Amino acid sequence: MKAGIVVFPGTNRERDMAIALRVVSGRAPKMLWHRETSLPDLDLIVLPGGFSYGDYLRCGAMAAHSPIMREIRKFVSEGGYVLGVCNGFQILTETKILPGALLKNTELRFLSQDCFLRVDNAETPFTAGWQKNDVFRAPLAHGDGNYVADEKTLEQLEGEGRIAFRYVSSAGIACSEDRKSNPNGSVNAIAGIVSADGRVCGMMPHPEDLVDPLMGGEDGRPLFEGLMEVFIR
Amino acid sequence: MSLKQKVADAALAREFGLSDDEYDRVLAIMSRTPSLTELGIFSVMWSEHCSYKSSRKWLRTLPTTAPWVIHGPGENAGVVDIGQGLAAVFKMESHNHPSFIEPYQGAATGVGGILRDVFTMGARPVANLNALRFGSPENSRTRQIVDGVVRGIGGYGNCVGVPTVGGEVNFHSAYDGNPLVNAMTVGVARQDRIFLSAAAGIGNPVVYVGSKTGRDGIHGATMSSAEFDEHALAKRPTVQVGDPFVEKLLIEACLELMATDAIVAIQDMGAAGLTSSSVEMAGKGNVGIELDLDAVPQRETGMTAYEMMLSESQERMLMVLKPECTDLARTIFEKWELDFAVVGHLTDTGRIVVTHKGKVEADIPLAPLADQAPIYDRSITPLVPPGPVGPVHDPVGLEQSLIKLIGCPDLASRAWIWNQYDSTVGGQTVRRPGRADAAIVRVEDTSIGLALTTDCTPRYCYANPKAGGAQAVAEAWRNITATGATPLAVTDNLNFGNPEKPEVMAQFVAAIEGMGEACRALDFPVVSGNVSLYNQTRNPDESARAILPTPAIGGLGVLADVEKHVGMAMPESGTLLLIGETKGHLGQSLWLREVLGRETGDAPMVDLAAERRNGDFVREQIASGAVLACHDVSDGGILVGVAEMIMAGGHGCELEPPQSGMRPEAFWFGEDQGRYLLAVPGDGQELLSMARARGIALRVLGGIGGEGLTLPSGATISTPRLVAVNDAFFPAWMGVDAFEAVRS
Repeated sequence: MKAGIVVFPGTNRERDMAIALRVVSGRAPKMLWHRETSLPDLDLIVLPGGFSYGDYLRCGAMAAHSPIMREIRKFVSEGGYVLGVCNGFQILTETKILPGALLKNTELRFLSQDCFLRVDNAETPFTAGWQKNDVFRAPLAHGDGNYVADEKTLEQLEGEGRIAFRYVSSAGIACSEDRKSNPNGSVNAIAGIVSADGRVCGMMPHPEDLVDPLMGGEDGRPLFEGLMEVFIR
Repeated sequence: MSLKQKVADAALAREFGLSDDEYDRVLAIMSRTPSLTELGIFSVMWSEHCSYKSSRKWLRTLPTTAPWVIHGPGENAGVVDIGQGLAAVFKMESHNHPSFIEPYQGAATGVGGILRDVFTMGARPVANLNALRFGSPENSRTRQIVDGVVRGIGGYGNCVGVPTVGGEVNFHSAYDGNPLVNAMTVGVARQDRIFLSAAAGIGNPVVYVGSKTGRDGIHGATMSSAEFDEHALAKRPTVQVGDPFVEKLLIEACLELMATDAIVAIQDMGAAGLTSSSVEMAGKGNVGIELDLDAVPQRETGMTAYEMMLSESQERMLMVLKPECTDLARTIFEKWELDFAVVGHLTDTGRIVVTHKGKVEADIPLAPLADQAPIYDRSITPLVPPGPVGPVHDPVGLEQSLIKLIGCPDLASRAWIWNQYDSTVGGQTVRRPGRADAAIVRVEDTSIGLALTTDCTPRYCYANPKAGGAQAVAEAWRNITATGATPLAVTDNLNFGNPEKPEVMAQFVAAIEGMGEACRALDFPVVSGNVSLYNQTRNPDESARAILPTPAIGGLGVLADVEKHVGMAMPESGTLLLIGETKGHLGQSLWLREVLGRETGDAPMVDLAAERRNGDFVREQIASGAVLACHDVSDGGILVGVAEMIMAGGHGCELEPPQSGMRPEAFWFGEDQGRYLLAVPGDGQELLSMARARGIALRVLGGIGGEGLTLPSGATISTPRLVAVNDAFFPAWMGVDAFEAVRS
């Protein structure tokens, strides 16, 4: 799997992502500076977590206008695979590559804790390492992860099976009003979605921080293992 | 009259915080009346904050060396050998006064400042910790300060992408007008790429990088060197404003430049900004320095030399470069969209010369500025020995006492706080807050683990500063040991009241004496630190209240193989052992305070020989794989420690009657030192006989397993109840119920 990780000024989880990709795939990803105007030959581009441009103006709003984003749009239109995690998800919604938006957490505080996620559609390239309804743990760390979208978009996402991950209790129950299982208040407890063709995925939690038993578990590994399968085929 | 028209005289010097004697010294050095800028430079360099004039004499008595110490105090941070050619670079620093005036920015810039001290030396910051002391929860302003400080620490640390992995929080009314915010950063560097601050190379360019200079924080160092009064909040303009985004860029740009050979010397612009960085770099290198302020990047117009030299605008660094590398360095900083300006050069004059708009605004000989800085041997009064504990009776029984204790502000779960700090960024956090006695962070791409903790028990230090100073060091050593790591060194953050008061100075001297003894006995030298004095609030009636003496200790230990550590979570089965002698010391215990409402008696003494013996034994047992979990016995005593292990792991424990011959509350809640709770497989008999052979006190407390905490009486407190009580305080106090930690 040839992966590239985009680094914006203020990106801070690129190292975590690089380690996860390297540990699982055995191959170190390329780091891509945000001012690049051409892309190397890649299977997967990752927009990692962090505070691109300090989250000033709006999370992801300025990164969405970085030179590399033109290339990434082209990459997407040509059927390339893109994963956006946390700030990367925010950038994907700011560029409208994925629908909806991420508002401030309902309690208006930064949240850093483990959450449980349920795989609602195991047929996407990003969820192929799991079975449908599998529940796994992942750390989350964000101030603006409260997913919203208009009714029509939500109907579309739900109807087309584009909800990849939902915040759930450890027993696998989703309840958008429950702050224990859905801590940021996301509509329909949505934690991650995919594009219509399934090749772009945005999610708030950090599976890349849970790929090593020493760090508390390997719950995040299937995401990367599933992607490996896609690119080996 | 605006400052621009002011001329230097003794009255203005006093306003700037210099005594009449000190001003006379300035006149003698200058042989003329100093300019306003020169007086500003003297006043900040000779402030308590920058000169350590009251503390230096005593700091010299602390042990600072060991075979593994690479750089002790005197550099931006301490440096120790952690193996495989790597070094840990760490320091703790206070931002107390600014955090009271403006909690969010005060705390945020405290984090920013300590990060710079560490990456200035060439280390990538890998962990942040913080030691916080707040006023009584009943005080209406405390909640606002806690909220601001926690948001500020999170706002800065989360954005720069350095995980906040540990710390401590206490509440006491003595901090009502003067909270303590002590921030610690740990970084990792290659031993052959440590950067120092001594300037060298006559003619070499002096380069300014980072943010532009504004008018914020002028005289911040002076403000931190005086007592607070009722007008404290009017000092808000002296508080700096932080920009963690720029700091993140500065970290990456500096580390990128540090991978080359361009840098001769580097220093961050912290307290007293451009003044202290230029004076210290030139002074340490025995060279002169010329600065052209017209070249300084400015974000406001019309700034004077005085304002620029004293500004404490954040996220700025000063470097001396090899001249041929200037363009390379400029390219790197421009890539990161940071200001880069050659603002001067080194000279052979031994003087600092500052010009602005073609005029010399300051021209001061550097040697006397440093050498003739005042050092005081402040007077001390004999300490008042602590009173007796008084009659002790247990009005409520073990169960009610335990419930009361684990729900009290000083022992309640801190999840509400740490859930606002990103503790996992970097992907190397092995043990997050609350999972082990010290936080464990792996060094990327190695098997090395760092064990990190901050400790101090201010109520002990108040009752008995010497015993309290020793206890703070011993507890840090113990917390590191309880994970299986080898303690290496400490950074200290000495927070005290007004040193001009003999009773405060006496506390300071005694605490250092206790710390020194413990550091020597435990081979745990002090490699960096910070002194914060004048933590004292003057009331309108001129009476003053000092904080509890708070020598916060930041400890660092190392595990060569990070896999060989243990956490504190109670395992599924086995036997719970207690190492160390229990005498039932209730003086200054939390039980006494929370159940009987008294803060009486002496602090518990640390038997340093036993401390060492017990700790070395525990570490050996963990290394040999004989231990499933370990937790030190500290605040609240044995029973609280057992409850904490159960809450961390979910598995229960059945305690046996101890047959100790002492009252149950003294046995279960006494705070004797040098003790550990060990969860071991089987019946623990092997360990018992080994301990006996080594002269180490060890006893079986009970069997591990089942659900909840079963007391010697047979009554069981369920784990969910323990957790609910422990979790209740912060969310209820801060008015939210949504911040339940996911305990897994």
